[in-house]
Amino acid sequence: MNDRRFNVLLGFAAMVVVFIFAGFLFTLVVQSLPAAKQEGVAFLYGAEWNPVTTRFGALPFIIGTLMTSAIALIIAIPLSLSAGIVMGEYVGSGWGRSVLNTLINVLASIPSVVFGLWGIEVVIPLVRSLATSVGAPPYGAGILSASLVLAIMIIPYMSSMTREALVNVPAGLREGAFALGLTKQEVITGIALPFAKKSIFAGILLSLGRALGETMAVTMLIGNATRIPTSLFSLGNTLASVIASQFNEAASDVHRSAMMGLALILFIITMIAGWFGRTLMRKRMGAYGE
Amino acid sequence: MGNNIFAGEYKRRKRRDIGFRIAVLVPAGVVVALLLLILAQVVVNGGRALNLDFFFQQQKPFGEVGGGIVQAIVGTLMVLVVAIVIALPLSLLTALYLYEHKGSKRADALLNVVNTLQGIPSIVIGVVIYTWVVVPLKTFSAFAGGIALSIVMLPLMISMIKESLDMVPASYLEAALALGVPRWRAVVEIVVPAAASGILEAAGLGIARAGGETAPLIFTAFGNPFLSLNFKAPVSALPLVIYEYIKSPYDDWHQKAWGAALLLVIFVLSLNLFIGTRKKR
Repeated sequence: MNDRRFNVLLGFAAMVVVFIFAGFLFTLVVQSLPAAKQEGVAFLYGAEWNPVTTRFGALPFIIGTLMTSAIALIIAIPLSLSAGIVMGEYVGSGWGRSVLNTLINVLASIPSVVFGLWGIEVVIPLVRSLATSVGAPPYGAGILSASLVLAIMIIPYMSSMTREALVNVPAGLREGAFALGLTKQEVITGIALPFAKKSIFAGILLSLGRALGETMAVTMLIGNATRIPTSLFSLGNTLASVIASQFNEAASDVHRSAMMGLALILFIITMIAGWFGRTLMRKRMGAYGE
Repeated sequence: MGNNIFAGEYKRRKRRDIGFRIAVLVPAGVVVALLLLILAQVVVNGGRALNLDFFFQQQKPFGEVGGGIVQAIVGTLMVLVVAIVIALPLSLLTALYLYEHKGSKRADALLNVVNTLQGIPSIVIGVVIYTWVVVPLKTFSAFAGGIALSIVMLPLMISMIKESLDMVPASYLEAALALGVPRWRAVVEIVVPAAASGILEAAGLGIARAGGETAPLIFTAFGNPFLSLNFKAPVSALPLVIYEYIKSPYDDWHQKAWGAALLLVIFVLSLNLFIGTRKKR
Protein backbone atom coordinates (compact mmCIF):
# COMPACT_ATOMS: atom_id res chain seq x y z
CA MET A 1 0.00 0.00 0.00
CA ASN A 2 1.18 3.50 -0.71
CA ASP A 3 -0.44 6.92 -0.98
CA ARG A 4 -1.23 6.52 -4.65
CA ARG A 5 -2.92 3.13 -4.24
CA PHE A 6 -4.82 4.42 -1.22
CA ASN A 7 -6.17 7.30 -3.28
CA VAL A 8 -7.13 4.93 -6.09
CA LEU A 9 -9.02 2.79 -3.58
CA LEU A 10 -10.92 5.81 -2.23
CA GLY A 11 -11.62 7.02 -5.75
CA PHE A 12 -12.94 3.58 -6.63
CA ALA A 13 -15.40 3.64 -3.69
CA ALA A 14 -16.57 7.11 -4.73
CA MET A 15 -17.07 5.87 -8.29
CA VAL A 16 -19.15 2.94 -7.04
CA VAL A 17 -21.48 5.35 -5.26
CA VAL A 18 -21.79 7.53 -8.36
CA PHE A 19 -22.39 4.44 -10.50
CA ILE A 20 -25.14 3.26 -8.16
CA PHE A 21 -26.92 6.56 -8.67
CA ALA A 22 -26.36 6.64 -12.44
CA GLY A 23 -27.30 2.96 -12.63
CA PHE A 24 -30.62 3.64 -10.90
CA LEU A 25 -31.51 6.29 -13.44
CA PHE A 26 -30.31 4.15 -16.36
CA THR A 27 -32.16 1.02 -15.20
CA LEU A 28 -35.41 2.88 -14.61
CA VAL A 29 -35.26 4.53 -18.06
CA VAL A 30 -34.36 1.32 -19.91
CA GLN A 31 -36.88 -0.82 -18.05
CA SER A 32 -39.70 1.62 -18.66
CA LEU A 33 -39.05 1.85 -22.42
CA PRO A 34 -41.43 -0.98 -23.48
CA ALA A 35 -44.35 0.70 -21.73
CA ALA A 36 -43.27 4.13 -22.97
CA LYS A 37 -43.15 2.82 -26.55
CA GLN A 38 -46.60 1.31 -26.28
CA GLU A 39 -48.30 4.26 -24.60
CA GLY A 40 -46.23 7.21 -25.80
CA VAL A 41 -46.66 10.50 -23.95
CA ALA A 42 -50.15 9.33 -22.99
CA PHE A 43 -48.44 7.28 -20.28
CA LEU A 44 -48.21 10.53 -18.30
CA TYR A 45 -51.83 11.64 -18.67
CA GLY A 46 -53.75 8.46 -19.53
CA ALA A 47 -56.60 7.96 -17.09
CA GLU A 48 -56.90 4.21 -17.52
CA TRP A 49 -54.68 1.60 -15.85
CA ASN A 50 -55.80 -1.86 -16.82
CA PRO A 51 -53.38 -4.81 -16.80
CA VAL A 52 -56.00 -7.02 -18.49
CA THR A 53 -56.44 -4.84 -21.58
CA THR A 54 -52.80 -3.66 -21.13
CA ARG A 55 -53.68 0.04 -21.09
CA PHE A 56 -51.31 1.94 -18.84
CA GLY A 57 -51.88 5.58 -17.91
CA ALA A 58 -50.26 7.03 -14.78
CA LEU A 59 -52.76 9.84 -14.18
CA PRO A 60 -54.81 8.13 -11.42
CA PHE A 61 -51.64 7.58 -9.40
CA ILE A 62 -50.15 10.99 -10.06
CA ILE A 63 -53.42 12.51 -8.81
CA GLY A 64 -53.50 10.08 -5.89
CA THR A 65 -49.95 10.99 -4.92
CA LEU A 66 -50.56 14.75 -5.16
CA MET A 67 -53.88 14.52 -3.28
CA THR A 68 -52.55 12.49 -0.34
CA SER A 69 -49.39 14.57 -0.04
CA ALA A 70 -51.28 17.87 -0.27
CA ILE A 71 -53.86 16.86 2.35
CA ALA A 72 -51.10 15.50 4.60
CA LEU A 73 -49.21 18.81 4.31
CA ILE A 74 -52.34 20.87 5.05
CA ILE A 75 -52.86 18.86 8.24
CA ALA A 76 -49.19 18.59 9.22
CA ILE A 77 -48.04 22.19 8.64
CA PRO A 78 -49.99 23.96 11.42
CA LEU A 79 -49.36 21.15 13.89
CA SER A 80 -45.64 20.92 13.07
CA LEU A 81 -45.10 24.69 13.12
CA SER A 82 -46.74 24.87 16.56
CA ALA A 83 -44.72 21.93 17.87
CA GLY A 84 -41.53 23.39 16.35
CA ILE A 85 -42.20 26.83 17.90
CA VAL A 86 -42.85 25.27 21.30
CA MET A 87 -39.67 23.20 21.06
CA GLY A 88 -37.54 26.07 19.75
CA GLU A 89 -38.92 29.00 21.74
CA TYR A 90 -40.85 27.90 24.83
CA VAL A 91 -39.12 24.86 26.30
CA GLY A 92 -35.64 26.36 26.16
CA SER A 93 -34.02 24.02 28.65
CA GLY A 94 -34.50 21.35 31.25
CA TRP A 95 -36.46 18.15 31.13
CA GLY A 96 -39.34 19.53 29.05
CA ARG A 97 -37.00 19.99 26.14
CA SER A 98 -35.35 16.59 26.37
CA VAL A 99 -38.69 14.80 26.79
CA LEU A 100 -40.09 16.53 23.69
CA ASN A 101 -36.94 15.97 21.65
CA THR A 102 -36.74 12.30 22.60
CA LEU A 103 -40.39 11.77 21.81
CA ILE A 104 -40.06 13.41 18.40
CA ASN A 105 -36.95 11.36 17.62
CA VAL A 106 -38.69 8.19 18.73
CA LEU A 107 -41.61 8.88 16.46
CA ALA A 108 -39.37 9.78 13.55
CA SER A 109 -37.70 6.40 13.81
CA ILE A 110 -40.85 4.23 13.95
CA PRO A 111 -41.01 2.19 10.75
CA SER A 112 -43.61 3.05 8.15
CA VAL A 113 -45.18 -0.40 8.27
CA VAL A 114 -45.97 0.08 11.97
CA PHE A 115 -47.84 3.32 11.16
CA GLY A 116 -49.71 1.34 8.50
CA LEU A 117 -50.68 -1.28 11.06
CA TRP A 118 -51.85 1.39 13.48
CA GLY A 119 -53.80 3.07 10.71
CA ILE A 120 -55.60 -0.14 9.78
CA GLU A 121 -56.65 -0.82 13.35
CA VAL A 122 -57.38 2.73 14.52
CA VAL A 123 -57.80 5.25 11.68
CA ILE A 124 -59.78 3.12 9.22
CA PRO A 125 -62.64 2.40 11.67
CA LEU A 126 -62.80 6.12 12.56
CA VAL A 127 -62.90 7.20 8.93
CA ARG A 128 -65.49 4.51 8.19
CA SER A 129 -67.88 5.87 10.80
CA LEU A 130 -67.23 9.41 9.58
CA ALA A 131 -68.01 8.29 6.00
CA THR A 132 -71.21 6.60 7.15
CA SER A 133 -72.36 9.70 8.97
CA VAL A 134 -71.88 11.92 5.90
CA GLY A 135 -73.37 9.33 3.54
CA ALA A 136 -70.13 8.53 1.69
CA PRO A 137 -69.26 4.94 0.76
CA PRO A 138 -68.10 3.34 4.03
CA TYR A 139 -64.85 1.72 2.88
CA GLY A 140 -62.78 3.15 5.69
CA ALA A 141 -59.65 2.75 3.61
CA GLY A 142 -59.01 5.47 1.04
CA ILE A 143 -57.50 8.88 0.37
CA LEU A 144 -58.46 10.39 3.73
CA SER A 145 -57.15 7.50 5.87
CA ALA A 146 -53.87 7.45 3.95
CA SER A 147 -53.48 11.24 4.19
CA LEU A 148 -54.17 11.33 7.93
CA VAL A 149 -51.52 8.74 8.73
CA LEU A 150 -49.12 10.34 6.26
CA ALA A 151 -49.59 13.64 8.12
CA ILE A 152 -48.77 12.00 11.45
CA MET A 153 -45.69 10.43 9.90
CA ILE A 154 -44.21 13.69 8.62
CA ILE A 155 -45.00 15.76 11.73
CA PRO A 156 -41.91 14.62 13.71
CA TYR A 157 -39.62 15.42 10.78
CA MET A 158 -41.21 18.77 9.93
CA SER A 159 -41.35 19.96 13.53
CA SER A 160 -37.70 19.15 14.21
CA MET A 161 -36.76 21.04 11.02
CA THR A 162 -38.81 24.02 12.25
CA ARG A 163 -37.15 23.89 15.66
CA GLU A 164 -33.75 23.67 14.00
CA ALA A 165 -34.53 26.75 11.87
CA LEU A 166 -35.64 28.76 14.92
CA VAL A 167 -32.66 27.74 17.04
CA ASN A 168 -30.36 29.00 14.27
CA VAL A 169 -31.73 32.54 14.47
CA PRO A 170 -28.81 34.66 15.78
CA ALA A 171 -29.24 35.30 19.49
CA GLY A 172 -28.37 38.98 19.04
CA LEU A 173 -31.48 39.66 16.96
CA ARG A 174 -33.70 38.15 19.61
CA GLU A 175 -31.93 39.87 22.51
CA GLY A 176 -32.12 43.21 20.74
CA ALA A 177 -35.83 42.80 20.23
CA PHE A 178 -36.42 41.86 23.86
CA ALA A 179 -34.32 44.82 24.97
CA LEU A 180 -36.68 47.10 23.03
CA GLY A 181 -39.52 45.72 25.13
CA LEU A 182 -41.16 43.40 22.62
CA THR A 183 -43.31 40.60 23.98
CA LYS A 184 -42.36 36.99 23.31
CA GLN A 185 -45.11 36.70 20.70
CA GLU A 186 -43.83 39.82 18.92
CA VAL A 187 -40.28 38.48 18.93
CA ILE A 188 -41.42 35.15 17.48
CA THR A 189 -43.79 36.43 14.80
CA GLY A 190 -41.88 39.63 14.07
CA ILE A 191 -38.22 38.55 14.26
CA ALA A 192 -37.62 34.79 14.58
CA LEU A 193 -40.21 33.44 12.10
CA PRO A 194 -39.43 35.95 9.32
CA PHE A 195 -35.71 35.21 9.73
CA ALA A 196 -36.25 31.44 9.71
CA LYS A 197 -38.98 31.32 7.09
CA LYS A 198 -36.79 30.12 4.24
CA SER A 199 -35.34 27.29 6.30
CA ILE A 200 -38.82 26.38 7.49
CA PHE A 201 -40.04 26.36 3.91
CA ALA A 202 -37.10 24.17 2.95
CA GLY A 203 -38.08 21.80 5.77
CA ILE A 204 -41.63 21.66 4.40
CA LEU A 205 -40.27 20.82 0.92
CA LEU A 206 -38.08 18.05 2.31
CA SER A 207 -41.08 16.70 4.23
CA LEU A 208 -43.07 16.82 1.01
CA GLY A 209 -40.36 14.73 -0.65
CA ARG A 210 -40.82 12.14 2.07
CA ALA A 211 -44.61 12.17 1.77
CA LEU A 212 -44.49 11.73 -2.00
CA GLY A 213 -42.30 8.64 -1.76
CA GLU A 214 -43.82 7.15 1.38
CA THR A 215 -44.91 3.64 0.52
CA MET A 216 -45.90 1.09 3.12
CA ALA A 217 -48.34 2.98 5.33
CA VAL A 218 -50.06 4.43 2.26
CA THR A 219 -50.25 1.05 0.51
CA MET A 220 -51.90 -0.45 3.58
CA LEU A 221 -54.47 2.35 3.94
CA ILE A 222 -55.40 3.75 0.55
CA GLY A 223 -57.52 0.86 -0.72
CA ASN A 224 -55.49 0.16 -3.88
CA ALA A 225 -58.00 1.14 -6.55
CA THR A 226 -56.77 2.11 -10.01
CA ARG A 227 -59.39 4.78 -10.69
CA ILE A 228 -58.95 8.52 -10.39
CA PRO A 229 -60.01 9.41 -6.83
CA THR A 230 -63.00 11.77 -6.82
CA SER A 231 -63.46 12.50 -3.12
CA LEU A 232 -61.78 12.25 0.27
CA PHE A 233 -63.44 8.90 0.82
CA SER A 234 -62.50 7.42 -2.58
CA LEU A 235 -60.25 4.43 -2.78
CA GLY A 236 -57.08 5.23 -4.67
CA ASN A 237 -53.41 4.54 -5.18
CA THR A 238 -50.22 6.57 -5.18
CA LEU A 239 -47.27 6.01 -7.51
CA ALA A 240 -45.49 4.17 -4.70
CA SER A 241 -48.46 2.16 -3.46
CA VAL A 242 -49.46 0.79 -6.87
CA ILE A 243 -45.91 -0.51 -7.34
CA ALA A 244 -45.90 -2.09 -3.89
CA SER A 245 -49.24 -3.78 -4.44
CA GLN A 246 -48.92 -4.93 -8.07
CA PHE A 247 -45.24 -5.46 -8.88
CA ASN A 248 -44.94 -9.04 -7.65
CA GLU A 249 -48.18 -10.02 -9.38
CA ALA A 250 -47.36 -8.27 -12.66
CA ALA A 251 -49.62 -9.76 -15.36
CA SER A 252 -47.23 -9.11 -18.25
CA ASP A 253 -43.86 -7.65 -19.13
CA VAL A 254 -45.51 -4.41 -20.26
CA HIS A 255 -47.31 -4.22 -16.92
CA ARG A 256 -43.99 -4.54 -15.08
CA SER A 257 -42.38 -2.04 -17.45
CA ALA A 258 -45.22 0.43 -16.82
CA MET A 259 -44.49 0.18 -13.10
CA MET A 260 -40.83 0.90 -13.78
CA GLY A 261 -42.12 4.02 -15.54
CA LEU A 262 -44.06 4.96 -12.39
CA ALA A 263 -40.90 4.42 -10.34
CA LEU A 264 -39.03 6.74 -12.72
CA ILE A 265 -41.68 9.47 -12.35
CA LEU A 266 -41.51 9.09 -8.56
CA PHE A 267 -37.70 9.18 -8.61
CA ILE A 268 -37.68 12.41 -10.62
CA ILE A 269 -40.39 14.14 -8.55
CA THR A 270 -38.70 13.36 -5.21
CA MET A 271 -35.30 14.31 -6.63
CA ILE A 272 -36.62 17.74 -7.62
CA ALA A 273 -38.32 18.31 -4.24
CA GLY A 274 -35.17 17.28 -2.38
CA TRP A 275 -32.88 19.35 -4.56
CA PHE A 276 -35.09 22.42 -4.15
CA GLY A 277 -35.24 21.98 -0.37
CA ARG A 278 -31.49 21.56 0.00
CA THR A 279 -30.71 24.55 -2.23
CA LEU A 280 -32.99 26.79 -0.17
CA MET A 281 -31.44 25.50 3.03
CA ARG A 282 -27.89 26.18 1.80
CA LYS A 283 -28.71 29.70 0.58
CA ARG A 284 -30.07 30.62 3.99
CA MET A 285 -26.98 29.26 5.75
CA GLY A 286 -24.66 30.93 3.25
CA ALA A 287 -26.23 34.37 3.67
CA TYR A 288 -25.06 34.59 7.28
CA GLY A 289 -21.67 33.06 6.83
CA GLU A 290 -22.37 29.91 8.82
CA MET B 1 -48.17 51.80 34.49
CA GLY B 2 -51.56 52.85 35.86
CA ASN B 3 -51.83 56.33 34.39
CA ASN B 4 -49.60 55.70 31.41
CA ILE B 5 -51.27 56.50 28.11
CA PHE B 6 -49.81 53.24 26.81
CA ALA B 7 -51.48 51.12 29.48
CA GLY B 8 -54.31 50.01 27.18
CA GLU B 9 -51.87 49.21 24.42
CA TYR B 10 -49.70 47.27 26.88
CA LYS B 11 -52.65 45.19 28.08
CA ARG B 12 -53.62 44.44 24.50
CA ARG B 13 -50.09 43.26 23.64
CA LYS B 14 -49.93 41.19 26.81
CA ARG B 15 -53.22 39.51 25.92
CA ARG B 16 -52.00 38.78 22.42
CA ASP B 17 -48.84 37.25 23.86
CA ILE B 18 -50.86 34.88 26.04
CA GLY B 19 -53.23 34.10 23.18
CA PHE B 20 -50.31 33.17 20.93
CA ARG B 21 -48.83 30.97 23.60
CA ILE B 22 -52.10 29.05 23.90
CA ALA B 23 -52.44 28.87 20.12
CA VAL B 24 -49.11 27.03 19.77
CA LEU B 25 -49.21 25.01 23.00
CA VAL B 26 -52.58 23.40 22.26
CA PRO B 27 -51.66 21.93 18.83
CA ALA B 28 -48.25 20.90 20.18
CA GLY B 29 -50.05 19.14 23.03
CA VAL B 30 -52.28 17.38 20.52
CA VAL B 31 -49.20 16.17 18.63
CA VAL B 32 -47.57 14.86 21.82
CA ALA B 33 -50.79 13.13 22.92
CA LEU B 34 -51.19 11.49 19.51
CA LEU B 35 -47.62 10.26 19.46
CA LEU B 36 -47.90 8.86 22.99
CA LEU B 37 -51.17 7.17 22.02
CA ILE B 38 -49.54 5.38 19.07
CA LEU B 39 -46.61 4.22 21.20
CA ALA B 40 -48.95 3.01 23.95
CA GLN B 41 -51.05 1.06 21.46
CA VAL B 42 -48.01 -0.65 19.98
CA VAL B 43 -46.81 -1.62 23.47
CA VAL B 44 -50.20 -2.82 24.76
CA ASN B 45 -51.34 -4.68 21.62
CA GLY B 46 -47.89 -6.05 20.91
CA GLY B 47 -47.35 -7.16 24.49
CA ARG B 48 -50.34 -9.52 24.24
CA ALA B 49 -48.65 -11.48 21.44
CA LEU B 50 -45.36 -12.05 23.20
CA ASN B 51 -44.62 -15.50 24.62
CA LEU B 52 -41.84 -18.05 24.22
CA ASP B 53 -43.45 -19.67 21.15
CA PHE B 54 -43.59 -16.27 19.47
CA PHE B 55 -39.81 -16.03 19.56
CA PHE B 56 -38.85 -19.66 18.95
CA GLN B 57 -41.56 -21.30 16.81
CA GLN B 58 -42.13 -21.07 13.08
CA GLN B 59 -45.35 -19.90 11.52
CA LYS B 60 -48.21 -22.41 11.79
CA PRO B 61 -50.15 -23.37 8.60
CA PHE B 62 -52.80 -20.87 7.48
CA GLY B 63 -55.57 -20.45 9.98
CA GLU B 64 -54.04 -22.50 12.77
CA VAL B 65 -53.60 -20.68 16.08
CA GLY B 66 -50.20 -20.60 17.74
CA GLY B 67 -46.67 -20.82 16.47
CA GLY B 68 -44.31 -17.88 16.21
CA ILE B 69 -42.25 -15.72 13.93
CA VAL B 70 -38.73 -17.04 14.39
CA GLN B 71 -38.42 -17.17 10.58
CA ALA B 72 -38.89 -13.38 10.46
CA ILE B 73 -36.51 -12.63 13.33
CA VAL B 74 -33.77 -14.73 11.74
CA GLY B 75 -34.55 -13.36 8.26
CA THR B 76 -34.26 -9.76 9.43
CA LEU B 77 -30.88 -10.54 11.01
CA MET B 78 -29.71 -12.22 7.78
CA VAL B 79 -30.60 -9.33 5.45
CA LEU B 80 -29.12 -6.83 7.92
CA VAL B 81 -25.84 -8.75 8.07
CA VAL B 82 -25.56 -8.74 4.26
CA ALA B 83 -26.48 -5.06 4.18
CA ILE B 84 -23.96 -3.89 6.76
CA VAL B 85 -21.16 -6.04 5.31
CA ILE B 86 -21.63 -4.16 2.02
CA ALA B 87 -22.49 -0.72 3.36
CA LEU B 88 -19.87 -0.31 6.09
CA PRO B 89 -16.67 -0.62 3.98
CA LEU B 90 -18.20 1.23 1.03
CA SER B 91 -19.46 4.12 3.14
CA LEU B 92 -16.21 4.35 5.13
CA LEU B 93 -14.09 4.52 1.95
CA THR B 94 -16.46 7.03 0.33
CA ALA B 95 -16.44 9.18 3.46
CA LEU B 96 -12.63 9.02 3.46
CA TYR B 97 -12.67 10.19 -0.17
CA LEU B 98 -14.82 13.16 0.88
CA TYR B 99 -12.46 13.80 3.82
CA GLU B 100 -9.35 13.68 1.64
CA HIS B 101 -10.82 15.89 -1.11
CA LYS B 102 -12.62 18.35 1.17
CA GLY B 103 -13.75 21.48 -0.67
CA SER B 104 -12.91 20.19 -4.15
CA LYS B 105 -15.52 20.33 -6.91
CA ARG B 106 -15.54 16.54 -7.20
CA ALA B 107 -16.23 16.11 -3.51
CA ASP B 108 -19.09 18.63 -3.69
CA ALA B 109 -20.58 16.77 -6.65
CA LEU B 110 -20.24 13.47 -4.82
CA LEU B 111 -21.91 14.97 -1.76
CA ASN B 112 -24.80 16.04 -3.99
CA VAL B 113 -25.11 12.50 -5.32
CA VAL B 114 -25.13 11.13 -1.77
CA ASN B 115 -27.85 13.58 -0.73
CA THR B 116 -29.92 12.67 -3.77
CA LEU B 117 -29.50 8.95 -3.03
CA GLN B 118 -30.81 9.66 0.45
CA GLY B 119 -34.03 11.03 -1.02
CA ILE B 120 -34.78 8.03 -3.26
CA PRO B 121 -38.04 6.44 -2.12
CA SER B 122 -37.29 2.97 -0.78
CA ILE B 123 -39.83 1.37 -3.13
CA VAL B 124 -37.72 2.56 -6.07
CA ILE B 125 -34.69 0.84 -4.51
CA GLY B 126 -36.81 -2.32 -4.39
CA VAL B 127 -37.68 -2.38 -8.10
CA VAL B 128 -34.13 -1.53 -9.22
CA ILE B 129 -32.48 -4.21 -7.06
CA TYR B 130 -35.13 -6.62 -8.34
CA THR B 131 -33.83 -5.87 -11.84
CA TRP B 132 -30.17 -6.01 -10.84
CA VAL B 133 -30.15 -9.06 -8.57
CA VAL B 134 -33.40 -11.04 -8.56
CA VAL B 135 -33.81 -11.24 -12.35
CA PRO B 136 -30.26 -12.48 -13.15
CA LEU B 137 -30.23 -14.93 -10.20
CA LYS B 138 -33.79 -16.02 -11.11
CA THR B 139 -34.78 -16.15 -7.44
CA PHE B 140 -35.75 -13.89 -4.57
CA SER B 141 -33.13 -14.14 -1.86
CA ALA B 142 -31.81 -12.88 1.47
CA PHE B 143 -28.83 -11.73 -0.54
CA ALA B 144 -30.98 -9.49 -2.79
CA GLY B 145 -32.80 -8.12 0.26
CA GLY B 146 -29.48 -7.29 1.90
CA ILE B 147 -28.23 -5.46 -1.16
CA ALA B 148 -31.42 -3.39 -1.29
CA LEU B 149 -31.05 -2.49 2.39
CA SER B 150 -27.38 -1.62 1.92
CA ILE B 151 -28.49 1.12 -0.49
CA VAL B 152 -30.91 2.40 2.13
CA MET B 153 -28.01 2.57 4.63
CA LEU B 154 -25.35 3.93 2.32
CA PRO B 155 -26.12 7.67 2.01
CA LEU B 156 -27.01 8.00 5.71
CA MET B 157 -23.80 6.28 6.78
CA ILE B 158 -21.58 8.21 4.35
CA SER B 159 -22.75 11.58 5.62
CA MET B 160 -22.54 10.51 9.29
CA ILE B 161 -19.06 9.02 8.92
CA LYS B 162 -17.89 12.08 6.99
CA GLU B 163 -19.10 14.31 9.84
CA SER B 164 -17.23 12.31 12.44
CA LEU B 165 -14.04 12.32 10.33
CA ASP B 166 -14.31 16.09 9.97
CA MET B 167 -14.55 16.42 13.75
CA VAL B 168 -11.13 14.83 14.30
CA PRO B 169 -8.78 17.76 15.07
CA ALA B 170 -6.57 18.55 12.06
CA SER B 171 -3.57 18.67 14.43
CA TYR B 172 -3.72 14.85 14.81
CA LEU B 173 -3.17 14.36 11.11
CA GLU B 174 -0.61 17.16 10.93
CA ALA B 175 1.38 15.75 13.86
CA ALA B 176 1.54 12.33 12.21
CA LEU B 177 2.56 13.84 8.87
CA ALA B 178 5.23 15.96 10.58
CA LEU B 179 6.73 12.78 12.05
CA GLY B 180 7.13 11.49 8.51
CA VAL B 181 4.27 8.98 8.49
CA PRO B 182 2.93 8.42 4.95
CA ARG B 183 -0.40 10.17 4.49
CA TRP B 184 -2.43 6.99 3.96
CA ARG B 185 -1.09 5.47 7.17
CA ALA B 186 -1.75 8.67 9.09
CA VAL B 187 -5.35 8.64 7.84
CA VAL B 188 -5.93 4.92 8.46
CA GLU B 189 -4.11 4.64 11.79
CA ILE B 190 -4.74 8.06 13.35
CA VAL B 191 -7.83 9.72 11.87
CA VAL B 192 -10.02 6.63 11.46
CA PRO B 193 -9.45 5.30 15.01
CA ALA B 194 -10.09 8.79 16.38
CA ALA B 195 -13.44 8.74 14.59
CA ALA B 196 -14.18 5.11 15.53
CA SER B 197 -17.10 5.86 17.84
CA GLY B 198 -18.75 8.02 15.18
CA ILE B 199 -18.30 5.25 12.63
CA LEU B 200 -19.92 2.74 14.98
CA GLU B 201 -22.81 5.14 15.59
CA ALA B 202 -23.28 5.48 11.84
CA ALA B 203 -23.41 1.72 11.49
CA GLY B 204 -25.93 1.49 14.33
CA LEU B 205 -28.20 4.14 12.85
CA GLY B 206 -27.87 2.55 9.40
CA ILE B 207 -29.03 -0.78 10.86
CA ALA B 208 -31.88 0.91 12.74
CA ARG B 209 -33.07 2.67 9.59
CA ALA B 210 -32.77 -0.34 7.30
CA GLY B 211 -34.22 -2.78 9.84
CA GLY B 212 -37.62 -1.09 9.65
CA GLU B 213 -37.78 -0.90 5.86
CA THR B 214 -40.44 -2.98 4.16
CA ALA B 215 -40.74 -1.66 0.62
CA PRO B 216 -37.22 -2.66 -0.58
CA LEU B 217 -37.77 -6.20 0.72
CA ILE B 218 -41.08 -7.07 -0.96
CA PHE B 219 -39.48 -7.66 -4.36
CA THR B 220 -36.09 -8.88 -3.10
CA ALA B 221 -36.25 -10.99 0.10
CA PHE B 222 -39.93 -11.65 -0.75
CA GLY B 223 -40.87 -13.47 2.46
CA ASN B 224 -40.95 -17.10 3.47
CA PRO B 225 -43.30 -18.93 5.86
CA PHE B 226 -40.51 -21.28 6.89
CA LEU B 227 -37.25 -20.72 8.73
CA SER B 228 -34.48 -20.57 6.13
CA LEU B 229 -30.78 -20.01 6.68
CA ASN B 230 -29.98 -20.06 2.96
CA PHE B 231 -28.79 -16.66 1.74
CA LYS B 232 -29.65 -17.66 -1.84
CA ALA B 233 -33.30 -18.38 -0.99
CA PRO B 234 -36.20 -16.11 -0.05
CA VAL B 235 -36.41 -15.20 3.64
CA SER B 236 -39.00 -13.54 5.81
CA ALA B 237 -38.39 -10.36 7.81
CA LEU B 238 -40.19 -8.59 10.66
CA PRO B 239 -41.64 -5.77 8.49
CA LEU B 240 -42.77 -8.28 5.86
CA VAL B 241 -44.58 -10.33 8.51
CA ILE B 242 -46.44 -7.23 9.75
CA TYR B 243 -47.50 -6.33 6.20
CA GLU B 244 -48.61 -9.86 5.36
CA TYR B 245 -50.29 -10.83 8.64
CA ILE B 246 -52.46 -7.73 8.99
CA LYS B 247 -53.93 -8.42 5.54
CA SER B 248 -54.91 -11.96 6.59
CA PRO B 249 -58.38 -12.74 7.96
CA TYR B 250 -57.08 -14.42 11.15
CA ASP B 251 -57.27 -12.69 14.53
CA ASP B 252 -54.28 -14.67 15.77
CA TRP B 253 -52.17 -13.32 12.89
CA HIS B 254 -53.36 -9.76 13.54
CA GLN B 255 -52.13 -10.12 17.09
CA LYS B 256 -48.81 -11.50 15.83
CA ALA B 257 -48.51 -8.50 13.50
CA TRP B 258 -48.72 -6.25 16.58
CA GLY B 259 -46.18 -8.43 18.35
CA ALA B 260 -43.80 -8.12 15.41
CA ALA B 261 -44.39 -4.35 15.38
CA LEU B 262 -43.49 -4.11 19.07
CA LEU B 263 -40.35 -6.17 18.49
CA LEU B 264 -39.33 -4.00 15.55
CA VAL B 265 -39.99 -0.76 17.46
CA ILE B 266 -37.97 -1.99 20.46
CA PHE B 267 -35.11 -2.97 18.14
CA VAL B 268 -35.06 0.35 16.28
CA LEU B 269 -35.58 2.48 19.39
CA SER B 270 -32.95 0.79 21.51
CA LEU B 271 -30.39 1.37 18.76
CA ASN B 272 -31.49 5.00 18.37
CA LEU B 273 -31.62 5.81 22.07
CA PHE B 274 -28.34 4.03 22.79
CA ILE B 275 -26.64 6.10 20.11
CA GLY B 276 -28.43 9.27 21.26
CA THR B 277 -27.13 8.95 24.83
CA ARG B 278 -23.61 8.11 23.62
CA LYS B 279 -23.62 11.26 21.52
CA LYS B 280 -24.43 13.54 24.43
CA ARG B 281 -21.38 12.37 26.34
